[in-house]
Amino acid sequence: MSRLAADGRARFGAVLLALALAAAVLAPIVTTIGPTVQRDVVATRFLPPMAHDAHGVLHPLGTDRLGRDVWSRLAYGARISLGVGSLAVLISTLLGVLVGTVAGVWQGRAGAALLAFTDFALALPRVVLLLLLAALWRPSATLVVIVLGVTGWMSVARLVHGEARLAVAQPFADGARALGASRFRLLLRHVLPNALTPAIVAAALGFGNAILLEAGLSFLGVGVQPPTPSWGSMIASGRDTLVNAPWVAAAPGIALVLVVVASTLLGDALHEALDPARSGERPATRGA
Amino acid sequence: MLPSLVRRAAGGLAVLAGVITLTFFLLRLAPGDPAERLLGPTATQEQLAAQRHAFGLDRPLAVQYGVWVARFARGDWGTSIATGRPVRSMLATAWPATVELVGISLLLSYLLGIGVGIVQATSGRSVDTALSVTTVTLFAMPGYWLGLMLVMVFTYWARLLPSFGSRGFDADFLPPAARLADALRHLALPLATLTLIGIGGTARFVRGAMRDVQHAPFVTVARAKGISGHRVTLHHVFRNALVPVVTLLGLSLPALFSGAVFIEAIFAWPGVGRILVEAVQARDYPVVMAATGVSALLVVLGNLLADVLATWVDPRLRTGAAA
Repeated sequence: MSRLAADGRARFGAVLLALALAAAVLAPIVTTIGPTVQRDVVATRFLPPMAHDAHGVLHPLGTDRLGRDVWSRLAYGARISLGVGSLAVLISTLLGVLVGTVAGVWQGRAGAALLAFTDFALALPRVVLLLLLAALWRPSATLVVIVLGVTGWMSVARLVHGEARLAVAQPFADGARALGASRFRLLLRHVLPNALTPAIVAAALGFGNAILLEAGLSFLGVGVQPPTPSWGSMIASGRDTLVNAPWVAAAPGIALVLVVVASTLLGDALHEALDPARSGERPATRGA
Repeated sequence: MLPSLVRRAAGGLAVLAGVITLTFFLLRLAPGDPAERLLGPTATQEQLAAQRHAFGLDRPLAVQYGVWVARFARGDWGTSIATGRPVRSMLATAWPATVELVGISLLLSYLLGIGVGIVQATSGRSVDTALSVTTVTLFAMPGYWLGLMLVMVFTYWARLLPSFGSRGFDADFLPPAARLADALRHLALPLATLTLIGIGGTARFVRGAMRDVQHAPFVTVARAKGISGHRVTLHHVFRNALVPVVTLLGLSLPALFSGAVFIEAIFAWPGVGRILVEAVQARDYPVVMAATGVSALLVVLGNLLADVLATWVDPRLRTGAAA
């Protein structure tokens, strides 16, 4: 932990994520006006950043084409992005840990079958699946969470399985078996604690990816539906006003990049602090 | 090497069959069908039933699946419900566009990413940090957003490059040289978007892989023998770091195709991804099935290619015993 605190990347990532979280939680306090409030559209639309409108309300990041406050939409949108991202990662991490540890403890046919299934799922084009699932049912935040969760567990399962196999081969596991511990007990008391390290790292790195994909789905119109603000749908709506109001698309994009950079740096730092021997193994692929 | 390759190919076929089967049943499970989309909300129950019968949607699922697989295998991919065009001709024009975009971007992002990674692993702390900040930022950037920002700068502000489609409206009337220039200008922005993001991931990975090998005993021995720094970097460190990097090539293909879906949507690039997005929204079953199948096939082929490359790069994989 002290090693983590000494790592500049970890501090930077943690501070950025804390700021984003604070903006999301305190959205009603830190904004001047609601995210979906529209007043006189003609008078308040496309106001540049730091402008005051006719009602004297300050718009720190300007307004969009419906006169809605961009900063307010960004702060409320953080609730969706961070919420959807963390719930999706929770689901995929739990699934991945389950599959990985079970395949590690029940080696042999059951384990081999689980691994083969994992490899199969890993080879599926994820965005194609996401598109299908998200476009075919009625789009909602819940659907996005579930869809991202059930399509993101495979890399966690791979990492956890590797660790679980190592743990099972250790003398302490032999000892537990010799004392008559059941496989279930072996999994719970001896394998799981050892497999948590890669799971935590994978969760930190997967969080950024989940946020990117959520925004991507909302961008394509199959994610969180308007008027609920989401960073992806904000970028999509700013697409039409790139010329006269570039801030509408730029602001949510910068917010996205900052949050994803923060979670990536935190994940890297966690990785090296928890497992210094394997600092090089980093996922280099992502979805959106 | 050959038996393992055959096994890989069989695995690829299994993935392909799985994707197609999964897509088929997901489409049928989801609410809403093409008959409803085609006839609109005013259609009566009788009209809907007649249209469903015409599409064969009233038959048992297993029968529909069997019929579809048999037709697909014979090369009869049906006609698009939304556009009325044969699905095969739609995809025949689309897949080269996707392969062009993804292939060139893969090549460029690997060459440049490996270059950046080598520089990072061999240079001082300040250069390494500056490049790390750049690559992690690129890695974190959503492709569709970077695409929009590039459009804003290069199309709207600088008025330099087009941002729509793969060729100008007058492309057919241009002399060959001008036509090539037109195609390259249209390729520039989507390619730059996809490549910049790819460089971020590749460079991060190469840097990590080289750092892992840099302190290995054989590198110390090579240095002790008095081999020059450059030679050690290229022939000892990079040569060994190349194995995980080539393996990554196969793994990054699905991600690259995923990215291409968004990029094609942004730049109206006439590829498989754009067809897929449009077909999913229109519940155009035959097109969704075929487009999913084709993109899965491209990914599977790419993975096979990466396997072959990995065996070529790492002699230890060639013996066959190690497999």
